[in-house]
Amino acid sequence: MLKGKQIPKIIWPLLALAAILLFNLLFTDHFFRITIRDGHLFGSLIDILRRCAPTMIMAIAMTYVIATGGIDISVGSVLAISGSIASLVVWGGSTNYLAGDDEAIYAAVGLIILIPLLASLALGAFNGLMVSVVGLQPFIATLILMTAGRGIAQLLTGGKVLNFSHAGFEFVGRGYFLGIPFPFILAMLVLLLGLAITKLTPMGLYIQAVGGNRSASQYSGINTKFVILFVYIFSGFAAGLAGLVMTADITGADAGFMGLYMELDAILAVVIGGTPMEGGKYNLKGTVVGVLIIQTLTTTILTRGVPPEYTTIVKAIVVLAVLIIQSRKVRELIEHRTMIRAAKEAESV
Amino acid sequence: MKLLEKLGISRRSMPLIATFVVFIALYVYGGISYRNFFSARVFFNLLTDNAVLGITAVGMTFVIISGGIDLSVGAVISTTAMAVAVMTQAGVPNGLVIPIALLYGTVLGFLMGFIIEYFKAPPFIVTLAGMFFSRGFGYVLSLSSVPIVYEFYAKASAFGLKIGNGRFTIPGIALIVVIIAAIFLSRSTKFGRNIYAIGGSEQSAVFMGLPVFRVKVLVYTLSGFCASLAGFIYTFYTLSGYGLAGIGLEMDAIASAVIGGTLMTGGYGTIFGTLIGTLIQGLIKTIISFNGQFSVYWIRLFTGGMLLLFILLQKAFVAGTAGMKKAEG
Repeated sequence: MLKGKQIPKIIWPLLALAAILLFNLLFTDHFFRITIRDGHLFGSLIDILRRCAPTMIMAIAMTYVIATGGIDISVGSVLAISGSIASLVVWGGSTNYLAGDDEAIYAAVGLIILIPLLASLALGAFNGLMVSVVGLQPFIATLILMTAGRGIAQLLTGGKVLNFSHAGFEFVGRGYFLGIPFPFILAMLVLLLGLAITKLTPMGLYIQAVGGNRSASQYSGINTKFVILFVYIFSGFAAGLAGLVMTADITGADAGFMGLYMELDAILAVVIGGTPMEGGKYNLKGTVVGVLIIQTLTTTILTRGVPPEYTTIVKAIVVLAVLIIQSRKVRELIEHRTMIRAAKEAESV
Repeated sequence: MKLLEKLGISRRSMPLIATFVVFIALYVYGGISYRNFFSARVFFNLLTDNAVLGITAVGMTFVIISGGIDLSVGAVISTTAMAVAVMTQAGVPNGLVIPIALLYGTVLGFLMGFIIEYFKAPPFIVTLAGMFFSRGFGYVLSLSSVPIVYEFYAKASAFGLKIGNGRFTIPGIALIVVIIAAIFLSRSTKFGRNIYAIGGSEQSAVFMGLPVFRVKVLVYTLSGFCASLAGFIYTFYTLSGYGLAGIGLEMDAIASAVIGGTLMTGGYGTIFGTLIGTLIQGLIKTIISFNGQFSVYWIRLFTGGMLLLFILLQKAFVAGTAGMKKAEG
């Protein structure tokens, strides 16, 4: 097939997103209506931006991990640890928070944010070291933390759901900045951070090189261990940040269920966004679209009053549809047809 | 090392032996530390309590050996149990309930395998979609817990062959039967050997003219069947169906296989190892419940620690054979 005629891969996820939006335009009342209430934007679309933020933050980092040929299934557990630590810090490190309700034991916002993020960076570094230095398969290396991590989170909170109210910290999950939901702004900042690191430094190139052929990159002088360590640390950081957003949003941390299966959502978003799981290349824009597809779908189902039990079935069908459209088999079929048509045209001329 | 090789023990089976040694060590530790630990009751309870995980892990092991993964199993267990409960409520005769329940996972597994192979789609995502579908289907059947009304299930649940002070229950028997059948399947049938060949190198398997497509579809079908069987067995514990059952079980099943020495890259693994991997996870739970001081949250932490230990062990032995591996290809 001619190079100029090749369809860019992002078209498929974009089409899927457009299809869902078109469906809403036709059948869901007020889906596109955005009003201003209390000085910030309000409406289904804004709600999508707000709710997709934690997954988007994790999926952006996951894109880089998958691009190196890796995977990070520990992010859901790291998220739970981060959230648990945050709610512990809010209460000054005590799980006996019900004893008193005076503001004095509330910690400063800076601490509530900084301590969980440091812990998440350390957890990311643990994953990174396991993959890069010890040389474990990424799935298994992160399975360790996925399994143990939830136990750690539950031990930290003593199995309790730690609730709190803390105006300063709640802003991270519920606030609006210039009318836009603050969690979405955080997601965009993570995107910018990722772009800055991969576009302004050779890191983006290194990530693709490592994912394409690790030993070849090693021989060509790339510090592959550092590259791999970096992507897992970034992923840990992102999971920690997502944990803060979620904890601040629901003003509490349920260590047992928080972020459960979110690693799968993040990976899903990356793959339906067009990044191949084998690594070697990545599509960051695709990931953003992938997250938006998943969240728009969920919001659509909820706003249309479809019983929530159908949510995951619809999700399964859409995921398979997007996956199959992008599959090699279908592309071969399309190319085959185009070639036949071209041949016929040539004949008729 | 050389001594071991002279004894006919290859380096590759070392992780399995190490796993077995750790299992025995844990068991002996439990026996020394707690009274009544060395009893038929504790042993048979270990089989009973881990039958669901063990049977699921057998299917998972075949999938992993073939180079794939199956994330749908936890949801299939829950939905199978739910289907059984709903069918008993609707008055479907038990002679039909059982085959329909077992067919559910089998058909879903077949469909997932077909999509994976026909469209060359990543197993991780396809089986994830299978998980979403199955969870959703379970919720469609019922959002709340549904009790099973047939006498058969209560009777089956209470049944047990008395051995010493222990009871060899139906789940325990099912686990042993599945393990023996799976060992036979993996070692003594063409299908079993094809799975190893494909997992080792799919390209070579294609060149050798092996029926790659059929075998891989069948592997997912088999895993789906195992999950459904586990789901059916699951009803003997709960005597009800519940949509949230089996959450996270897919990862425990993967952990069983990995602790048992199966390589995630495919091509290598044993069913016996998976049994031991499952029982080690069970022993951790038993010891923690005997201990009484540790909260249940330690279970996950210890399981994670065990995973780390075994993987590092495997790594050490694989590193020892790295030269060989390179020579192989």
